[in-house]
Amino acid sequence: MEFLTAHFVEIMFYTLAALTVASAVGVVAFRNPVHSAISLLASFLFVAALFVMRHAEFLAAVQVLVYAGGIMVLFLFVIMLVNVKRLDPEQVFLSGKAPAAVAAGVLLGALIAFGYLAGSLGPVGPGPEALRMVDGAVAGNTEAVGWLLYRQYLVPFEVVSVVLLVAMIGAIIFGRRDAGLEEGGGRMEQ
Amino acid sequence: MIGATHYVILSLVLFVLGLIGVMVRRNFITVLMSLELIFNAANLNLIAFSDRLSDLSGQVFAIFIITVAAAEAAIGLGLIVALLRLKNTAALDEASEMGG
Repeated sequence: MEFLTAHFVEIMFYTLAALTVASAVGVVAFRNPVHSAISLLASFLFVAALFVMRHAEFLAAVQVLVYAGGIMVLFLFVIMLVNVKRLDPEQVFLSGKAPAAVAAGVLLGALIAFGYLAGSLGPVGPGPEALRMVDGAVAGNTEAVGWLLYRQYLVPFEVVSVVLLVAMIGAIIFGRRDAGLEEGGGRMEQ
Repeated sequence: MIGATHYVILSLVLFVLGLIGVMVRRNFITVLMSLELIFNAANLNLIAFSDRLSDLSGQVFAIFIITVAAAEAAIGLGLIVALLRLKNTAALDEASEMGG
């Protein structure tokens, strides 16, 4: 019991990291797209828990609401909307996958070496209290993020709303039935 | 002691898993899901260094990344519907008009 309380953070991190990696492997490895989607949902939730451990409570809530709520519903909606048989090709993996996997593994090794250096060198901040400060007073993480978002990052915030508008218009145009995408192409007739 | 290094390595593993998924999978929907894994890895990095430097800007950037990921998911799923209508399949190597 004393071991548990003394090493609580480490145990939580390694458990969550293992679960995240396991569900990420599931996303890549499952044959059925529905199983991949459920596995992706699990990995989103574990990453949200990791965000809480790094004092990003607001982002954890956003992760659950936007990813686990919105994006996953969108994925599952498309999977259910179209026939799963059509989504599930006989051959799950592309041919010639081995060189790609080896290249990715070599890249992983190089990146880990670099990441270790990047994570262990460099300056360290004053502490997690600074992540909750608003105007010099301690408030909440959500309040502090909102303060920064609507003051210092107001212009990027507005630009992102344009990105969302463009994405919405694009999705509507792709989804239209008369977009000229049927077999044979409807464009030539007119 | 769990520091930023642990999170960086975890996010690297997630990134490479997503990369393998994007390169190896044949189903368009699964490729998009692997892309979401890559976005998550980037967010994990930003959060780890935001905590290490005690700088909230990393969390704000992560919010922007989540927004862009949502837009990407909407467009990508629209593309899947268009591909299904055109080719009647979600296999990526069926769409080879441009020599890819």
